[in-house]
Amino acid sequence: MPKAKVDKELLLKVAANSRLKLTESEIKKFLPQLSAVLDSFSKLDSLDVSKEEPSFQPVAIKNVFREDKAGKSISQDAALSNTTHKKDGYFKGPRVV
Amino acid sequence: MAKQTLGVSEFVNEVRAGNISALEHASKICEEIEKKNKKFAHFNTFDKNYVLEQARALEKEIKRGRKGKLLGVPISIKDCLCVKGVESRAGSKILSGYKPVFDATAVAKARSEGAIILGKTAQDEFGFGTFSVNHTAGKIPLNPLDESRSCGGSSGGAAGFTALTDYTHIAIAESTGGSIACPASFCGVASITPTYGVVSRYGLMDYANSLDKIGAMGKTVADSALALNVISGKDKMDSTSLDSGPAEISKMKKISIGVPTELMDSIEDKKIRDLALKKIHAAESEGAKVVDVKLPLNTKYGLSGYYLIAMSEASTNLAKYCGMRYGFEKKLEGAFNEYFTSVRSEAFGEEAKRRILLGTFARMSGFRDAYYLKAMKARTKLINEYRQVFSKVDVIAHPAMPIIAPKFSEIEKLTPLEHYSADLCTVPANLCAMPHATVNAGFLKDLPVGLMLTANHLQESKVLSAAAMMEALK
Repeated sequence: MPKAKVDKELLLKVAANSRLKLTESEIKKFLPQLSAVLDSFSKLDSLDVSKEEPSFQPVAIKNVFREDKAGKSISQDAALSNTTHKKDGYFKGPRVV
Repeated sequence: MAKQTLGVSEFVNEVRAGNISALEHASKICEEIEKKNKKFAHFNTFDKNYVLEQARALEKEIKRGRKGKLLGVPISIKDCLCVKGVESRAGSKILSGYKPVFDATAVAKARSEGAIILGKTAQDEFGFGTFSVNHTAGKIPLNPLDESRSCGGSSGGAAGFTALTDYTHIAIAESTGGSIACPASFCGVASITPTYGVVSRYGLMDYANSLDKIGAMGKTVADSALALNVISGKDKMDSTSLDSGPAEISKMKKISIGVPTELMDSIEDKKIRDLALKKIHAAESEGAKVVDVKLPLNTKYGLSGYYLIAMSEASTNLAKYCGMRYGFEKKLEGAFNEYFTSVRSEAFGEEAKRRILLGTFARMSGFRDAYYLKAMKARTKLINEYRQVFSKVDVIAHPAMPIIAPKFSEIEKLTPLEHYSADLCTVPANLCAMPHATVNAGFLKDLPVGLMLTANHLQESKVLSAAAMMEALK
């Protein structure tokens, strides 16, 4: 596995990709913890998987198709019932730009 | 089983015959929850009126001849499964106030067989934990056998209440890496975690979508098996679900039980190993053949492979929680990235953040093939290792957990890595999607030690039959 040094710069980059803003105390806490966990993952380096196919599904299934027809769906009111951020029958989100 | 507690099957027969009132039984179990939940915190969400409303309606239907495999049986639902109109938070603040507009398929199936939904049971946030202490919604559930100790996780509330209640009840729970077997073991109840796909995941707030499995707990193997048979089956709403047919408990003649030597050796507590071995060898009196088997790759690589896949998938699954459409929200301020970041940073707990960060890292450009893809290939190898063993034995047996239920004061001292390592025994079967059941093997310091039995894919009947045999051994 590539040896990635988990420093503050990398941690903040990963946090930004994750849409998380870390406090200074979280950064201090997470840095050594993440390094330790990633080090433990490197145990997999000693396992030869060069001839293996990945098991994205643990129980193989093939060709799960359905007719391309719209089925029943929840109503617009039901879809909007769990938020206060809505307007004119639509979800309202934060500004894009 | 407590003296006064009827098994689910007997209970249903009595309700059908009119000897037990579903409404009176529901009232009693509600009284019990009202009395004890403040202290034990097994339920995150419980509303007596909601329960009695269902019971009253059911009572009328029973008088008109209503039938059902769970007629009048109170069931608890892990917080991560959607229950229509009932706040469902998966133990997370980020889902505060979320009331699903539909039932999860497992919940709908239980309802259609006459079950009464009690409420939502406590868990680690999205299933991120082994001790039910990592939550941002609800409280930490206490082990009814020793209140200073954990119920186990992540389905801690489900196992805790199953052990605590004096009444007929079953718990619907979920396991990603051991979240059913672990708490069942710590609380001394029976459980079944089926093959991946046997129970539809529709309506489950997912942790890791290639690992999540919905299962059941009960006071006995028969109760958990009955629950599984109700909630299982192919579902058009989940394209990964399977049509496995019902699981049946039968008397097994000449069953062969494999004891994985490397896994047993990696359990430090000799007393736990010995207790499990004593139980396993007791099966020889029933004609079982006990042999040593080898699972070296699963023992060595199971934890790394599991956590890499679980965290990678969790980091994408949790990307949808952003303070829009449902759950926790704030005043809409700033650009979308600022708003999403603000909501997620405030509402996710520490362990959720840690797993999101690790999973995002493992999927980042330059690292994905080395971490995530490698773990997926390792899983293929580990599944094949299990299959080789199952060509020689019917089931594999070992302790469900390498420790007894720890004290909360002990859990506080664990590092995240030590925390993850406690899943040593449950992770391989979960990573490889093998069905597994747990039964109590005995007690150490008055605390239960669970025995875990694992079979090959889709052999729920075999694993439940073996568990029922073990349960009956004195």
